[in-house]
This record gives sequence, structure tokens and C-alpha cells, in this order.
Amino acid sequence: MRYEEWSGIARKASKRSLWMVHFCTGCGAIEMPPVMTSRYDMERFGIASMATPRQADVLLITGYLTVKTLKRVVQVYEQMQSPKYVIALGSCTMNGGMYWDSYNTIKRLDKYIPVDIYVAGCMPRPEGIMNAFLKLMKLIDEGKARGWERYKKYYERYKKNQEMAFNFVKKEEKEEEKNEGD
Amino acid sequence: MDVSAIMIKSAVVIAYAFIGTFIGLLFLGVGRKIVARVHNRVGPPFYQGFIDVAKLLSKKTNISHGWIFDLALLFSISGILLAFAFLPVGGIKLLSTDGDAFLVLYLLAIPALGFALGAGASGNPNAGIGVMRALVMMLSYELPFVITMIALMIYYDTTSIARIVELQSVNGISSWAIFIPPFMLAAAVADMALQGMLMEQPFDIPVAPHEIASGPMVEFGGKYLGTLMLYKAISIVVETTLFVDFFLGGGVIMHGGIVANIANFIVWFVLIFIVFTLSLLINTAFPRFRIEQAFTFYWKYEAILATVALIWVYWMVI
Ligand code: SF4
Repeated sequence: MRYEEWSGIARKASKRSLWMVHFCTGCGAIEMPPVMTSRYDMERFGIASMATPRQADVLLITGYLTVKTLKRVVQVYEQMQSPKYVIALGSCTMNGGMYWDSYNTIKRLDKYIPVDIYVAGCMPRPEGIMNAFLKLMKLIDEGKARGWERYKKYYERYKKNQEMAFNFVKKEEKEEEKNEGD
Repeated sequence: MDVSAIMIKSAVVIAYAFIGTFIGLLFLGVGRKIVARVHNRVGPPFYQGFIDVAKLLSKKTNISHGWIFDLALLFSISGILLAFAFLPVGGIKLLSTDGDAFLVLYLLAIPALGFALGAGASGNPNAGIGVMRALVMMLSYELPFVITMIALMIYYDTTSIARIVELQSVNGISSWAIFIPPFMLAAAVADMALQGMLMEQPFDIPVAPHEIASGPMVEFGGKYLGTLMLYKAISIVVETTLFVDFFLGGGVIMHGGIVANIANFIVWFVLIFIVFTLSLLINTAFPRFRIEQAFTFYWKYEAILATVALIWVYWMVI
């Protein structure tokens, strides 16, 4: 068999067996139980939740991220084994949502880690989340879910963005300390 | 034995290892389906185990934590495959010899040690806790299990599993050990020990995904996790076969001829499936024990029941 055929089979397998680690920040965690339990039952598509990032394929970000949480998210993402995918839920991950003018949340997740699918809503309903998974399966099958390759290719730029966000917080903290000292 | 006979035998053993793994992967998927049906869900397709392994083995990056981490998995999987080769499957003996009941018991300890090595090499604190729990669990369930095994050995006056299977199949189904009164008790004890071996709830303490992030497996990903799944699959087959060989006559219902072999094989398959389903149903009904509760359960209640069965058997034999 040729290489393309093999990778086709691998894609077919990974599409039907998405193991996810859900990084439950923000308000989104409450939408996950109905997706997992008997009402929507995502296990019928082979989706299961895993305990550690090493075992997982999909990273699910369920809401706003403060800069401190972003640090952990990046660590989790880098621990996952490629091919890996990211699904971001809620308007907070797209443009800041109702935290658009907050001083300590990030506005666009896509600047820091490559997101494959966004789900709109505040909060998206379980149907929306299921839909996102089905869409992701389709993208994997067509070979279009290439977020992890993008991360490798533009690693420097992603790192620069992350550093900028982290440094911003450091600067603020320093200023606060100085103010307290005065 | 000359060279060609050895070659043929090893080929047969390898073929059996493949068949065992295939059945195990099938069981993984079917097991998830059964649990899902108990939860009133639809559940994954029955071939989910194969998909999962294919996905894991086709991962593009695989993080290793040194050569001990790599070899530990091979250690585990070869230990369990060797144990499988020593068990009579549907009355077909592969490597059975005298005293293999003890040998299998030792071989079943190898995978746990392999786990311990791999988890130790990964250096994750969760893995350390998991391994410690796994070794304590092994210590706990082996005591009642060994006592029931000794009862069987005394009754049948042999230490060979193949001989035990043979003696149980002289009168067809009616001479299975489970239909002899003391062994009903012993089978109940051994079934709970099996629950611990299979690491199903209430004894899934070593892996406990919500407490210690799946314990020994915490650092395994990609191909390593795939190998681990293969190990898990084959261990289901080995452990249920052990139970079936000891108490259900190894599934032997006929003697002689190819038809009898096929029939025995099918009966064996059905029996290990029933044993596995039973353990899954217990799994869905119970939450998790703490480690000291499990230890007390096995060393106090189970061990006492097993000893009662042992004394009963001894009294019958005398
Ligand atoms: S999008 Fe809405 S529901 Fe989701 S985290 Fe933001 S504010 Fe909460």
C-alpha cells in the first residue's frame, strides 16, 4: 500500500476515536455532563474523556482564559501527542465575549494556540458541542484539521504572542508591587 | 522433540497470541457497549477497541522517558502472552506441563512489575501512587485466590491446569467444579478476586482516573498507550480464561475430533464472555473502594470464606 492510503486509514481511525481532555475554565464545564451522559451520549462516536493530556487528541477549552490559565493551557497543549486538535467553546475564546475589556483575560485564543473549531454561543448548547465534534471529524477525514502543523510551522510567532501576554501580566504585577511599596 | 516440531509449536503459540489479542480487543469494545447500555446510552460500536488501537499506533509523535520506559511495556505484554500460552484454551493445551498452576501465578505478577518499572521511569508522582496501589491490590487479591486454587489442587490431586480441566470434563457439564458444593463458595470468592485482577470497580483503585489521573498510565501516550491497550485486551482474556479453566471445566464439552475442538472453543468463548459480562455488571453497580477497604475485604472476608471452602474440600477428600 502507498503512504497516502495508510495515512487515509490512520485518519479514518483517529476520526472515530477522539479522546479529549477538557480544560474546564469559564462557564463551559456545566455543558459537558449532558454531552457525555445519556441525553446526547458522545461515546457513540467513540469520543471519550481522558485523564491526562498525554493520552488525549482533542483539547477542549470551555470559556474565557485569564493569562495565568493560558500558561497552563499552553503547557497542556504542548504535552499532547500530535496529531492533536483544539476546540474552543463560547464567544469568550473568539473575541473576548463579555470580558472584552477585562484587564486579565485574553481576547483571541487563536493568537496563542492553533484552534481548529470555534463554537459560537454564550454558552453553546450541547447540540452545538456535538455539532463541533462532527464537524471536526469531517475535517480530519478530509485532512483539513492541520492546527498542530500550523503550530509547528509558526512556532516562533505563537511563542512571541504568548510571551507578550505573559510579560504584560508580569509588568502589571511589578507595578502593583511598586504601588504597594509606596 | 526435533526442530520442525518446535517450529510448528511456536507458530501455533504465536497464532494463539494473535487470536487472544483479537478477542480481547473485541471484548474491550463490547464491554464499553454493555456499560453504555446499563447507563441507558447507545455506546460506541463493538469494534471500537480496534479503532482506538489503530489510532494510538498511528500517532505521529511519541514521547519516551528513557529505555526502561520503552522496555517495561514489552516486559508486561510478553509476560501476559506467556501466561496465555500456558493456559488450556477450550481444552487445547499449548505449553501445559506439571505445576503450571504455580507458574501462571508467577507469570501474572510480571506485568505488574513491568508497570512499576515503566511508571517509575516516567517519574510522575501520580504514577508512583498508582503503582503502589497496584502492588497492594495484587497482594490483597492473591491470598484468597491462591487459597481457592489450593482447594482445587487438593480435590483433583494435581498441580497442572490442563489436568484439572481434563478431570472436570469426564462427565460433561455435570462434573464442572462449580457444581460441587464447596467450589460454589470458592468460585464466588475467586470471582471477586477476578474483579480485582481485571481492575474493574469497586477495585479500580490503581487506575482511578478521577483521583490520580489513571495512575501508572499517566505518562503513556501514542504508541505506548496503544501497546498498553493491547496488554489490557489480552489480560482480560487470560484472567477470564483462568477462571473458566478452574471452575467451568475450561469450556470442554466434547472429546475427540475436529468438531469437538471447534465446539469446545465456542463454548470457551461464550463462557469467558459471560464471566467478563458479570464483572462488568458488578463494575457498573458499585463505586470505588479505598485501598485499605479493598485490602480488608480480601484479607478478612474473602480469605475466611476461601479457608472455609478449603477445609470443606479437605474434609470431603479425606
Ligand atoms: S462565552 Fe459566555 S458562557 Fe462562555 S465563558 Fe464566556 S461569558 Fe461564560
